Amino acid sequence: MASTGSVAYSHAHVHHQFDDAEQQYSAAVLGMWAFLIQEIMFFGGLFLAYAIYRSTYPEAFAHASHHLDVTLGAFNTAVLIASSLTMALAVHAAQTGHRAQLVLFLFLTLALGSTFLGVKVVEYSHKWHEGLVPGLQWRVDAPDARQQLIFFSLYFAMTGMHALHMVVGAIGLIVLLLFSLQGKYSAEYNTPVEMFGLYWHFVDIVWIFLFPLLYLFAHH
Amino acid sequence: MDSGEVRTNYLNAEYGLLSWLVTRDHKRIAILYLISVTIMFAIGGLFAAAVRLELLTPRGDLLAADTYNKMFSMHGIIMVFFFLLPAIPATLGNFLIPMMIGARDLAFPRINLLSWYLYVVGALFTLYAMVTGGVDTGWTFYTPFSTSASNTNVVPTAIGIFINGFSGILTGLNFIVTIHRMRAPGLTWFRLPLFVWAHYATSLIQVLGTPVLAITLVMVALERAFHFGIFDPNYGGDPLLFQHLFWFYSHPAVYIMILPAMGVISELVTCFSRKSIFGYSFVALSSVAIAVLGFLVWAHHMFVTGMSVYAAMIFSFISFGVAIPSAVKVFNWTATLYRGSVSYSAPMLYALGFIGLFTIGGLTGLFLATLGVDVHVTDTYFVVAHFHYVMVGGTIMAYLGGLHFWWPKITGRLYPEIWARISAAIVFLGFNLTFFPQFILGYLGMPRRYHVYPDEFQVLNVLSTAGSSILGVGYLLPFVYLAWSMRYGEQASPNPWGATGLEWETPSPPPTENFEKTPVVTRPAYAYDLEEVPVG
Repeated sequence: MASTGSVAYSHAHVHHQFDDAEQQYSAAVLGMWAFLIQEIMFFGGLFLAYAIYRSTYPEAFAHASHHLDVTLGAFNTAVLIASSLTMALAVHAAQTGHRAQLVLFLFLTLALGSTFLGVKVVEYSHKWHEGLVPGLQWRVDAPDARQQLIFFSLYFAMTGMHALHMVVGAIGLIVLLLFSLQGKYSAEYNTPVEMFGLYWHFVDIVWIFLFPLLYLFAHH
Repeated sequence: MDSGEVRTNYLNAEYGLLSWLVTRDHKRIAILYLISVTIMFAIGGLFAAAVRLELLTPRGDLLAADTYNKMFSMHGIIMVFFFLLPAIPATLGNFLIPMMIGARDLAFPRINLLSWYLYVVGALFTLYAMVTGGVDTGWTFYTPFSTSASNTNVVPTAIGIFINGFSGILTGLNFIVTIHRMRAPGLTWFRLPLFVWAHYATSLIQVLGTPVLAITLVMVALERAFHFGIFDPNYGGDPLLFQHLFWFYSHPAVYIMILPAMGVISELVTCFSRKSIFGYSFVALSSVAIAVLGFLVWAHHMFVTGMSVYAAMIFSFISFGVAIPSAVKVFNWTATLYRGSVSYSAPMLYALGFIGLFTIGGLTGLFLATLGVDVHVTDTYFVVAHFHYVMVGGTIMAYLGGLHFWWPKITGRLYPEIWARISAAIVFLGFNLTFFPQFILGYLGMPRRYHVYPDEFQVLNVLSTAGSSILGVGYLLPFVYLAWSMRYGEQASPNPWGATGLEWETPSPPPTENFEKTPVVTRPAYAYDLEEVPVG
């Protein structure tokens, strides 16, 4: 089946504005990287605010950081790194045309991503009960409580924005799963899987920075 | 219709509102943008009219202080985010870039349509905020006023600007990928029209700068809605951090507004002096230089905030540096005119107006980059006059010039030349009468953003308001006769100006696929002196 239909099949995926599949692929790659650079600038604003306030209020940030649960954070880091592995395997399965493996690895990635979000919900609810949510539930009683509020404002803004990207990623995974089950991707055409992989790895890398900056830095 | 040879083009390929709302054709999306930015321009213009009317007299007799604050805020927000930023890239850029590089469409047509919808949703959010009470923070949203003091619709406005920001980011992304990947055979980087170079530089700023504004507005909204403490001095936060983040985007954003305009001027000046551009590669790379330097000068908006004097000196120095690539452009356009066969069609009148007004706007920018002078004129009408010379005298002049120049290509009809020349003259006169007095007012010390002023400033303010009504007529005229020409204008040939550029090698209006056959490029841009380009 693959040998007889492959040429026509790959041609059918070239949109009218492109001359050939190669041009379409290289446009997709460049577009995705440009999008990720945009994402770096987007998160960059938060990282800048973090850097400035941590250098201004190092003690308050250290005190505040001790309220975070390193075990849950480390668990989530492991979960996300594992999900990057399964995503990379999914891309490989798509490129080699193994549909069953593709579906399996996309599903595992979705499961790991959902695990991460579930743990994040648990963490957030702990913070809520401990009165560590700026503005809404804030019951910190310490001399540097005001500066700790900046830490937690940034904690929720940064991890919240990251979690939002995870939710978008989970939706993307569901779409890819449905299309994979329909057999849309093959060794000839799998660009969406590969491009989504870039996005997923990017979101993982953001967490790789967030974890030490928010959870670990006060523990050295 | 009676001649029986109605060619299929992008306008008559499909009919019905739905065919427009789901179109992926870059030319149709450009038309959608053209209509939407025109509506926003009209709304922003009404707010400006309210401001100018109030300033007719020294006392606040037309608008209360709070209402006046909302008027200038909404004027700025609408004009900056919903008109000046998308005006040239999303309309002319969208229409022309694929045609100029010999492509059938942008790289991502669906994302292009998504951009337009994001623009519309963002605009609706902002208009909703305005209808339900307005916003009074100025277009700059300075904290802590915007986060804790203002009791107006800051959050819905910020959401609108946030959404609209992603419209611009996606347009920029689309242009970058298209220009990299979709050029016709033989169309090397240094054969590209300068319009394309200018949009490439613009797109870099959109992709790198706009997300920073987006996340900054997220922080403002979180702080306002949930009392987060990022910019709030009550918690040890720094309101100046907001200004740094805001201007990190919003200074480069003025280059998002002016660079495409410069691209338009390069096309007009060469065509109407029948000459190749003087120093092509310098003009091309000066766009990139402006984009890069533009990211390193933001703190010149903050010289009076008490920032480090050493940082201020460096920012002042780099701000002077931006004058170099800008001057390269002005000198090279002028050198292009030298010994050219200059003709004065309406687009050229706009282009010449641009060169003069942009030069004044740019040179007064050097006053503001000078630390000592800036302290004197910060937050005065001098600043208002300066940026209106660049934004209105620059960007809108070029936008109108470009719109006239490519109108035959876009609609397949010629506009009435006499009326166009008259309106170009009215715009030029009205503009100068409106904004030149503001330089003097500012230098004499009239602050911006107040609805009352001392009596001795009245004469200059009356001149300015009178000028704005003339300017209004100048803007209304093209609206009328361009609309008229769509039905009654003379049929346009493929190349009515005898211009170089691939967009003129295809019928007017172009077919949906732009070119019957992908063109092969063998010449540099603006080869007016290599051979006679036939008109028609």
